Amino acid sequence: MGDSMTQTTRTDAAGPGGLRARSGAALNEARIAVRELDFYYGAHKALKNINLDLPDRQVTGMIGPSGCGKSTLLRVLNRMYSLYPGQRATGQVLLDGQNLLDVGVDLNALRARVGMVFQKPTPFPMTIYENIAFGIRLHERLSKAQMDERVEWALTRAAIWGEVKDRLNSNAMGLSGGQQQRLCIARTIAVRPEVILLDEPTSALDPISTLKIEELIDELKRDFTIAIVTHNMQQAARCADQVAFFYLGELVEVAPAEQMFTAPTQKRTQEYITGRFG
Amino acid sequence: MSATTMSHAAGAPAKDPKVAAALGRRRRAVAMGVKAACYAATAIGLLLLLSILGTLFWNGFSAISLNVFTTVTKPPGSNGGLLNPIIGSLIQTAIGTVIGTPIGLLVGTYLAEYAKNSPLANTVRFVSDILLSAPSILIGLFVYQILVVPFGGFSGWAGSVALAVIVIPIVVRTTEDMLRLLPDTLREAVIGLGAPKWKMITLVCWRAAASGIMTGVLLAIARVAGETAPLLFTSLGNLNWSLNLSAPMSSLPITIFAYAGSPYEDWIALAWAGALIITLGVLGLNIIARLALRGRK
Repeated sequence: MGDSMTQTTRTDAAGPGGLRARSGAALNEARIAVRELDFYYGAHKALKNINLDLPDRQVTGMIGPSGCGKSTLLRVLNRMYSLYPGQRATGQVLLDGQNLLDVGVDLNALRARVGMVFQKPTPFPMTIYENIAFGIRLHERLSKAQMDERVEWALTRAAIWGEVKDRLNSNAMGLSGGQQQRLCIARTIAVRPEVILLDEPTSALDPISTLKIEELIDELKRDFTIAIVTHNMQQAARCADQVAFFYLGELVEVAPAEQMFTAPTQKRTQEYITGRFG
Repeated sequence: MSATTMSHAAGAPAKDPKVAAALGRRRRAVAMGVKAACYAATAIGLLLLLSILGTLFWNGFSAISLNVFTTVTKPPGSNGGLLNPIIGSLIQTAIGTVIGTPIGLLVGTYLAEYAKNSPLANTVRFVSDILLSAPSILIGLFVYQILVVPFGGFSGWAGSVALAVIVIPIVVRTTEDMLRLLPDTLREAVIGLGAPKWKMITLVCWRAAASGIMTGVLLAIARVAGETAPLLFTSLGNLNWSLNLSAPMSSLPITIFAYAGSPYEDWIALAWAGALIITLGVLGLNIIARLALRGRK
């Protein structure tokens, strides 16, 4: 990544107010590095001086009460906010040393590298096969055979191939909610991104589908760097290697998951994790 | 449950059962009155509609025959049909739809996906809504001024364009409404895969809104198929067989208008037949539109 220097210094420095409490021991080198990020919805400052590393091929869980800025941060990482005039970010989000917030960044290419899965499943109004092929066609020219292979690969990785392989040509809207969400994950990984952002991917799903998605996340982190926003503390505990706690637009604490849930250094983190507010 | 109600009532002043009963009677009487008025109004509306349809079907079916569809219009008493008005209406409606639909689709897309609530969008939306309810004879006169006068004569093209002007605001409205119904999460999901905006619109949004937009187009066709006023000053009508779009062209509504006002019994019967054909066509289109909308939901 090339900015491990910065990382080390920052770990040692442990920012003003002790906001950064990374142990760094069990975590990989950063794939994405967020530096001094501020974010505004018009005049409202929704994120304040965020500094966060997403470790390569590990899962970062983002927790915090509603409106704390965790989803906003995800939407900065793939520049989704750029769709809406009036929303802007300052600071740096470094992916391979390139600042994603720069004016000249090719947003379509960026979003192919940083994929996103949303809270509600959003299948496109087309067949299951076409849902997967859609994203691939945006970025690659594949032969029919290669495309078939890639679609099968993506659906297999998303743990839904067995359920849909006999009806690839039926409409994706006919799938159940849990299947639709796994289809959306398959659609995202089919583009072969480096980073996957999951915005409360299981909040609209039943417990069994949730479990499947969580197992899937565990499996996917072998290949992808993952950031997951969740309201569910157990989910963060189950999935995340690193946990970041946000409160009122600030990153209060970030630490390896184990440490976060056993010995948080911040009082607010402790209160949130123990359910005293939120 | 009853215990809470009791304790609740205990603190309040006691109710007078007589007053309560009187109020109850009055409420029920008013309720009955309103209900009766609604039913009566519905009955009157339905009765009028049914009597119109009944008269039309009675006179129309007794006048209709194979001859109507296979013979061109002829002078009174010589066993003419409605072949040229039928074909003329089909051609002008088709061309009007083909011209008006893409324009309406793109304007509706502009409003829903690009301009949203900008001042320009609000202006366009307002003008389109005015156009939607503008008297169609005005549209006929407008096209008369821009196509008939400068090009030296009535023509099928002018008629088609007049119909297109009516199609546009209908398609604009349904396209915008249907696109706005789509959740923004769908748009973000497409953008999130790295798709440019135009692909998001053409490949996903239009497809997701297709049945609704199609319904709008079908309703627009149904509307223009029966329009008379815009054609009066544009394609004029033609009693001879002609497929030439640069010449005056026959159409069902105009022929009905001319025949129904004539003193000849066979022409009047043909006018009924023509009215029945239009009505059944419009009815069919409406049913198809409803089925299309339901099929996707």
